[in-house]
Amino acid sequence: MKSAAKAKKASAGAHAKAAELLSERELRRIVDTVLRLAKSTAAEETEVHVEEVASALTRFANNAIHQNVAEHGLTVSIRTVADGRTARATTNRIDEDSLRAAIEASLSLAHSQPKDPRLLPMPAKQRYRSVNRFIKPTAALSAEERALAVRRACDLAVKTGQVAAGIYSNGQNQSAMGNSRGLFAAYRETHSEFSITVQEGSAASWAKANSADVRAFDPQKLAARASEKAHLAVNARELPPGRYMVILEPAAVLDLVGFLFYDFAATALQDKRSCLNDRMDKQLFGQNITISDDVYHPLQQGAPFDGEGLPRQRVQLVDRGIPKNLVYSRAAAKAAHKQPTGHGFALPNEYGEAPMNLVFAGGDSSIDKMVASTERGLLVTRLWYIREVDPYEKVMTGMTRDGLFLVEKGGVTGAVRNFRFNQSIIEMLKNVELLGPAVRTTGEEAFEMIVPAMKVRDFYFSDVTKF
Amino acid sequence: MWDLCTNALDTAKLRGATYGDVRAMHLRQRDLTTKNGQVGTLSQSESIGLGIRVLANGAWGFASTDRLTREGVAACAAQAVSIAKASALAKRSEVVMAQEKAYVDSWQSPFRKDPFEIPLETQLALLLAADAEMRRVKGVTLTETDMQFRKIDSWFASSIGSRIHQRKVISGCGIAATSFQKEEIQKRSYPNSFGGQHSLQGYELVESLDLLRNAPIIAEEAAALHSASQCPEKIGTLLLGSSQLGLQIHESIGHPIELDRVLGQEANFAGTSFLTLDQLNKLKYASNIVNVVADARLDHGQGLGTFAYDDEGVPAQCTDIIKNGQFRGYLSNRETAHLVGLDRSSGTMRTESWNRLPIIRMTNVSLLPGTWDYDDLISDTHDGILMETNRSWSIDDRRYQFQFSTEIGWEIKGGKKVRMLKNPSYSGITTEFWNSCDAICKFDYWTLWGTPNCGKGQPMQTMGTGHGASPARFRNVRIGTAFSNQ
Repeated sequence: MKSAAKAKKASAGAHAKAAELLSERELRRIVDTVLRLAKSTAAEETEVHVEEVASALTRFANNAIHQNVAEHGLTVSIRTVADGRTARATTNRIDEDSLRAAIEASLSLAHSQPKDPRLLPMPAKQRYRSVNRFIKPTAALSAEERALAVRRACDLAVKTGQVAAGIYSNGQNQSAMGNSRGLFAAYRETHSEFSITVQEGSAASWAKANSADVRAFDPQKLAARASEKAHLAVNARELPPGRYMVILEPAAVLDLVGFLFYDFAATALQDKRSCLNDRMDKQLFGQNITISDDVYHPLQQGAPFDGEGLPRQRVQLVDRGIPKNLVYSRAAAKAAHKQPTGHGFALPNEYGEAPMNLVFAGGDSSIDKMVASTERGLLVTRLWYIREVDPYEKVMTGMTRDGLFLVEKGGVTGAVRNFRFNQSIIEMLKNVELLGPAVRTTGEEAFEMIVPAMKVRDFYFSDVTKF
Repeated sequence: MWDLCTNALDTAKLRGATYGDVRAMHLRQRDLTTKNGQVGTLSQSESIGLGIRVLANGAWGFASTDRLTREGVAACAAQAVSIAKASALAKRSEVVMAQEKAYVDSWQSPFRKDPFEIPLETQLALLLAADAEMRRVKGVTLTETDMQFRKIDSWFASSIGSRIHQRKVISGCGIAATSFQKEEIQKRSYPNSFGGQHSLQGYELVESLDLLRNAPIIAEEAAALHSASQCPEKIGTLLLGSSQLGLQIHESIGHPIELDRVLGQEANFAGTSFLTLDQLNKLKYASNIVNVVADARLDHGQGLGTFAYDDEGVPAQCTDIIKNGQFRGYLSNRETAHLVGLDRSSGTMRTESWNRLPIIRMTNVSLLPGTWDYDDLISDTHDGILMETNRSWSIDDRRYQFQFSTEIGWEIKGGKKVRMLKNPSYSGITTEFWNSCDAICKFDYWTLWGTPNCGKGQPMQTMGTGHGASPARFRNVRIGTAFSNQ
């Protein structure tokens, strides 16, 4: 087999650009090589995942670049089935000897366990919807271009007497999978991200965006927004803990509701660790809450197939406050007498599946309208260090961060010291008074989703910190 | 491997680098889990590659590759230099590095039984037996077990002449029982939550844990928690078991002493620190009985923060962090040491893998043992709550205000454990909390816990850290806050 390393040689160079990815034909060649090698082993079925990533990230702090990195990696992950048993071995060496060793390692692992009566045959060839999330200008962004954008952002901070820190990253990744029953799937995408924290004295604020298309956001506008909000955040005053009307910017919504995603896994209900046990088809949230999982949404990213090779389906999870559907891997679907939805993780695993492309239905309000309609409340930029306190009531704790503002009589009147919250997500989604339009949102606790800003009554803060 | 490292350094120098260091690494990992009596994950992986960090035009660049050929490594080194030159477009000052000697050495962490040589059947049989022991208990609705083993070889070479090979063997193991009853989920884990205990040991770690004896105990407790009383909300006396205290150290001492945080380098992601430079040698961090060190040496124990050299080629050291309650030291690297008046790095640069830049990390940040017997600690407590095994943890981005909850609590009245409490939690301000510590148990009760999942940096890196602790007592703590809204 031709070494993939040799195939990439042409892309090597001294330029500060990300490496080019292998072609789909080269990915398929790796998959076919593994399947050919496995035929001369005890494997009755074989599945191959190939993942390749080339990415770069420029990091800045104190108004200067302090870290600047690039990486390229390719892994081949092989699952074999023999005598009703399965296991996986992964390597990043793609010469034939290494691939053969990984096949044998997978078989050796598989043989070490009891037979699994629930193990299903691998799926045969599937049909996938086409999605295009590979944007050439994103892949081509160079270290020099990132550095110049960062310098402009830092220059703005210097000019305003502030201090900036953040990242500007771009990259490309692809995955391919195939199996001995004829299934083959391949997908590639680009990604880019700019995130900035601007500090003014002890005050700080933050802005962040990411997209498959680097042209979808403007780092200078994000820097300007963080700068303006950092200035508004100075002289924060302390307020007592308690229940407040809150206006949650989309990033704050995302990082909280992101903790709900695994509760919609059929396996989580079968294991009785989901907050939806005994709550399906009941009015759990407010009637203004509708959630779907939809990898095909134009603002979403991700492959149109799951870890088992099945096409991802759009699933309506919550309809006007009522949890209606779950997502199913093949094994979970069989156990529940349902059809799989294309949300399974690569086997073997104990978690089953999860919706990874949540889309909330939005509303027609806006943050400005929410502020204007509020007699007294708090405007929350983002949340931080969120952890689960009660898995069934879905009580989460965490802190506000980088800009908490008091709203009085329809306007922002000043900055407030950060609070700790202990808040049930279920209760919160019952108390949503207004929704903004759903937008692609990125935070730090949850993966990217399409969520709106929300105005929520009776949000509970239990403690206040020193800044 | 040394030839490739030298090739990378030579290329970097030719391209204009004034300093370079290379880490070639080979990582091997095995993961085994069971759930409800069935095998869950059964996988192993290996990854091999090389990363090079360079200084050029006074700024940093880093690139990594899995193409371990002369051409691939040379291209990677050239890319690192190009990136450094791009970094120089937005620099404000020159990088200054503390002096360090060149070392040529080879080191292997001690272990008695190579976990990769133990038959898989043996490992799985133990997990399935522990799983079965837990499932025997009525009321348990989910059982989980796991083992994880890692073997990491690293070859470090730098342009000042260091050539250091290290091999580390790391093992981890844990079990957990969950019970769902009447709209409530309760869970107990052993020997710790979130994957159990992890250390720089071989399979002897697993054998030391006695899973089969402890499996039914935690299963019974998980089921019994449903009928336990709710932890009250009050200001009172708190006793912490050693694993929970280990995490308390991690979050409220380990992270704030990282100099990159203090200097604002993590401001956009992991956060900053209340321990500004003016606090060094002035802040009364804790009560007089509290002594904390950051110790990467083998003498401290076989922790996840134990090594011979850090990933910047600096030998392992022991640094006083808190001495008799006074704040004494930070975690530093060669670039930041001079900012706190040191002429040498404290040796805390660590990387997750060949494709990540080393960053300042905790080593083994440990609370040194006190003088108390555990039984005396209980009998000396008139009215308090003992909390054990972490369930959730959260702290603000400057490491002031925290809240923890644990899986189980015990009410202590008149010097005796009188009843089980469910949903225990506590919160506080870091320095107020540590200054309220009035008793620490002695070395007999001290365990060097492993935290295998500490996330930091962009791109995110996960690192294992060690935290030695023995049970301790704290006064006037805010208890029960996590459920104050229920």
